[in-house]
Amino acid sequence: MTIGIGIPRADGAAKVTGRALYVDDLRPEGCLYGATVRSERAHATVLAITLDPSYDWTGITLVTARDIPGRNLVALITEDQPALADGVVRHVTEPIALVAAPTRDRALEAVKHVQVTYGDLPYNLDPEAAEGHPVAIYGTDNVFKRIAIDKGAAAGTVAGIVHEGTYRLGLQEQLYIEPQGMIASPREDGGMTVIGSMQCPYYVHKALKALLGHDRLNAVQAATGGGFGGKEDYPSMVAAHAALLALKTGKPVKLIYRRDEDLRATTKRHPAIFRIRSVVAPDGRLLEWTASTIFDGGAYNTLTPVVLSRGILHLTGPYRCENVHLSGVAVATHTPPNGAFRGFGAPQAMWAVERHMDRIARGIGVDPLVLRRLNLLRDGDTTASGGVLTDTGGFAVLDAALAAAEAPLPPITRHPGAGTNHARGRGLAMVFHGCGFTGNGEAYIKGKVGLELRGSRVTILTASTDIGQGTETIFPQIVAAELGVPLEWVDMAPHDTDLVPDSGPTVASRTTMVVGGVAQKAARKLREALQAETGLATGDIATLLAARTSSAPLRVEHQYIDDGSVQWNPDTYQGDAYPTYGWSCAIVDLDVDRDTGEVLYRRFISATDVGRAINPVLAAGQLEGGALQALGWATSEEVVLDARGCMRNDRLTNYIIPTAADAPEMVTLLIEIPFAGGPFGAKGIGEIPMDGPAAAVAQAIEAATGAVLDNLPMTPERVLGAM
Amino acid sequence: MIRFTVNDQDVALDAPPMSRLLDVLREGARLTGTKEGCGEGECGACTVLIDGVAVNSCLVPAIQADGCRVTTVEGLASDGRLHPVQEAFLRFGGAQCGICTPGFLVTAKALLDANPHPTRAEAREALAGNLCRCTGYQKIIDAVTEALAGPDVDAAATSTPAC
Repeated sequence: MTIGIGIPRADGAAKVTGRALYVDDLRPEGCLYGATVRSERAHATVLAITLDPSYDWTGITLVTARDIPGRNLVALITEDQPALADGVVRHVTEPIALVAAPTRDRALEAVKHVQVTYGDLPYNLDPEAAEGHPVAIYGTDNVFKRIAIDKGAAAGTVAGIVHEGTYRLGLQEQLYIEPQGMIASPREDGGMTVIGSMQCPYYVHKALKALLGHDRLNAVQAATGGGFGGKEDYPSMVAAHAALLALKTGKPVKLIYRRDEDLRATTKRHPAIFRIRSVVAPDGRLLEWTASTIFDGGAYNTLTPVVLSRGILHLTGPYRCENVHLSGVAVATHTPPNGAFRGFGAPQAMWAVERHMDRIARGIGVDPLVLRRLNLLRDGDTTASGGVLTDTGGFAVLDAALAAAEAPLPPITRHPGAGTNHARGRGLAMVFHGCGFTGNGEAYIKGKVGLELRGSRVTILTASTDIGQGTETIFPQIVAAELGVPLEWVDMAPHDTDLVPDSGPTVASRTTMVVGGVAQKAARKLREALQAETGLATGDIATLLAARTSSAPLRVEHQYIDDGSVQWNPDTYQGDAYPTYGWSCAIVDLDVDRDTGEVLYRRFISATDVGRAINPVLAAGQLEGGALQALGWATSEEVVLDARGCMRNDRLTNYIIPTAADAPEMVTLLIEIPFAGGPFGAKGIGEIPMDGPAAAVAQAIEAATGAVLDNLPMTPERVLGAM
Repeated sequence: MIRFTVNDQDVALDAPPMSRLLDVLREGARLTGTKEGCGEGECGACTVLIDGVAVNSCLVPAIQADGCRVTTVEGLASDGRLHPVQEAFLRFGGAQCGICTPGFLVTAKALLDANPHPTRAEAREALAGNLCRCTGYQKIIDAVTEALAGPDVDAAATSTPAC
C-alpha cells in the first residue's frame, strides 16, 4: 500500500541537484528576449506610441495591439481584459507594447525608449467609492459581481445582544520565488509552443487560441517555482505577450519578469472591507448574523466573481446560526487587477469572522474559546446556503490543537539587539474551508485523467501540475495503491496540452481530492480493460499483465462524473456550496515587544482535518508553508500604493516576507476524518492553512497587550498605536 | 578573461569583468542550478560559495571570483553521491517548488562545514538570508539540523505524525 507514507517527492532528486529546469534555465537556439512597455497612468487615452529617434533600433522588434491576429483579450471568465491596451489604459502597469531584442539588457533598455503619449482621464482608486462612480471602468456601475444569501428570519427582526464591527485588509503578494516567465517558439506547422511557469496549461491554451485565432498550439509547464494562485491566470498574459513577439519575429522569445516588475504588475490578494452585525443570546449563542463586504477587483474582472463567491460562502465561519444574511459586491477600481491567492476570498472572510467572534466574547465577557465551542458546526447542521454538513472535524481539530498546546514552549529565536520588554500572548482561531470548486464547478469542468500502459509501466496523463505541492508524487501513490503495483511502475507524463487531457485548473484545493479521485477511477478502468483483453476475472495486475498477448500500449481515460451528491443552484446560491469542508484550528504563541510593537512568533500549532493524508510529509509541508504565508500577512506583508495606484515597495527589501529567523517552530497535526468522495478519503488541504493564523495572531496580541486590531496587516506601527 | 574553478573544474570565460557572477555561471558556464529570485541580494536563491564563503552571486562582479574556488549546487554531490544535506532535504521534505532549494543547500553546506551539529536557532540564523515561500522553513530546519546526525534518523516518524 502506497497511501499514508511520507515517501520523498518524485521530483526531489532533480530539485536538490540543480537539474530541474525552470523556464529561465531553457535557452532555445536563436532565442530573443522580450520586455514589456507598461502604462505609467491610472487611466488615460493612449494618444501615440513612438520610437525615440535617437535610439538604435537595429535588431529590435516592436509589437502593439495592431499586431494581434485574433482577438485582443486575455480569455478567462469575461472578455474585458485586453492583452495589449488599445487606445486606453485603465491601470498603472497595464501592458501597452512589447519589444524583442537579441539580449535581455537590450530589451530592457529599448523599453525605456518607447515613448507613450497619454491624455489623462479621471480615475478612482477607492473601492468604497467605486459602485456608481461617475467614471465607469466596468459596465455602467463598476460592479463585477453581486451576491446575497439569506436564511431564516428577516434581517433585524431577532432580539438579543447586538455587536457591530468593521474589518479591513489590504493587498497581499503571492511572492513565488521564481518570477513569472514564458518562452514562445514558432512551430513548423505555423503554430506556436509556449513553455513556462504556470499552474494551468489549459488556461494558457484557451487564452492563446483566442489571441492567435487558431489552435495549432500547445502549452507546456516547465518546473514551476511556486504559484499560490499567482500563476493561475496571469501566465496567460505572459504567454500571450511571448507568443505575439515570437509570431512577429519568427523566432523563439523568452519573456522573464524582473522582480520589481512582477510585484508592480501581477495579480494580488483582493483587499476587502467587511461589516458584521451579530445578535447573540446572553450565553453567546449566535441568533442572527448579518455580514456585508466590498472586494476590490482592480481594473479587470479576471477571477474576481469567483473569489467573491468563496468569500461570501465562508462569511459565517465554522459557526451555526439559523438567521443569516450575507451580501457582497466586487467592484472595479483603476488599480492592477487582483486575482487568485491561496484561499481565494476565504482568508479575508475568516479574518473578519474571527475578529468579530472576539468582539462578541469581549462584549459579553465570555472566553473566546468557550464562545467558539458553543457555536461550532457539527454533522447535520446546515450552512448559510442550506447545505447539510457531514464529515465535520471542528471539535476534533480544536481538541487536538489544545492538547498539543499544553507542551512547554520552545525557546524564542531572538534578533540580535532585540529588546526584552516583552508581553506574551496566545491566540486561537477556528476555520473551515470548502474543498474543490464552489457549487457545481466540478460538474461544469468535468476534469479528465488518462492512463497509458506500456509493458508494466503506467503513465498518468493529467494537466494537474506540480507547483511544489506534490502532484508528481501523490498521483502515482494513488494510482499505484489502486492498482496494487509498486510505486516504481507509475510515472507522470509532461504537462503538455498536446499530450495530456484537460483535468481542469490546478487550483481550489482540488488537485488531490478531485483530480486524484478521477485518477483513481481511471486506474479501475485500466484494470477492467486488462480483464476484458485477457478474459480473466482476477484483479491482480501482475497476473493480468503476464496473460497479455498484445504488446501494444493500452490507454484509458476517465472523466469526472457528477453523481448528484452536490446539489447547488448558482442562481439562488442555495444548496451544497462545496463537496466537503476541511477544518482547522490554529494556536499561536507570541511575544509583543512593548517598546517597538514588533510581534515575535514563538510557536505555531495547527490541527487540520485532511480527510486522509496520502503523503503525510507533503501534507504537513503544505500546511506549514500556508501558515507562514498567513503569519506574514498578519504582521509584515503590506503593499503600499502611490497616488496612481502603483506599488511603491516593489522589492524584497521593503515587501517583507518572513525569514527562517522570523518563523516560529511549528507543530502540525493531521487529523483524518475521511471524505467518501475523495481518493482513499482525502480532502483538499492546499488553502486552509491560510485562513486562520492571522486572526489567531490578533487574539494573541490582544491577550498580551490589550490592543485590539481589526485591520491587516498588524505592523509594529499599528500594534504600537493600538497599545 | 576570467579564470576560476567551478566545482573543481578549471574554467576560463570571456566575460565583462563587472558582469554578475550569477550570469557568468548560468549563461557562460551553463550551470543553471543557481537561480535568480530578486537580483538584489535579498532572496538568496543565487547563493554560491566563493572559497567556502556563501555569497549572493547576483551582487558579485565576476572579476571578484578570478582565481577563486566557486561551488554551486551542482558541485555538492561527489562521486555520484548526494551531500548529506541534499539527502536530508529529500527525507524531510525540505524542497517543495525547488526554486530556493539550491541556495538553501549551498548556504547549509557552508554552515555544516563550520558547525556540523547546529541547534535549530543556529540553523535559523544561518539560513535567514535565504527566502522560501513554500515550506514555512520547518522541514528545512529539520533537514539541516539532522543532516549529519547519523543514519538512524527516521525522517517521517520525527517530522509529522498522522493521527
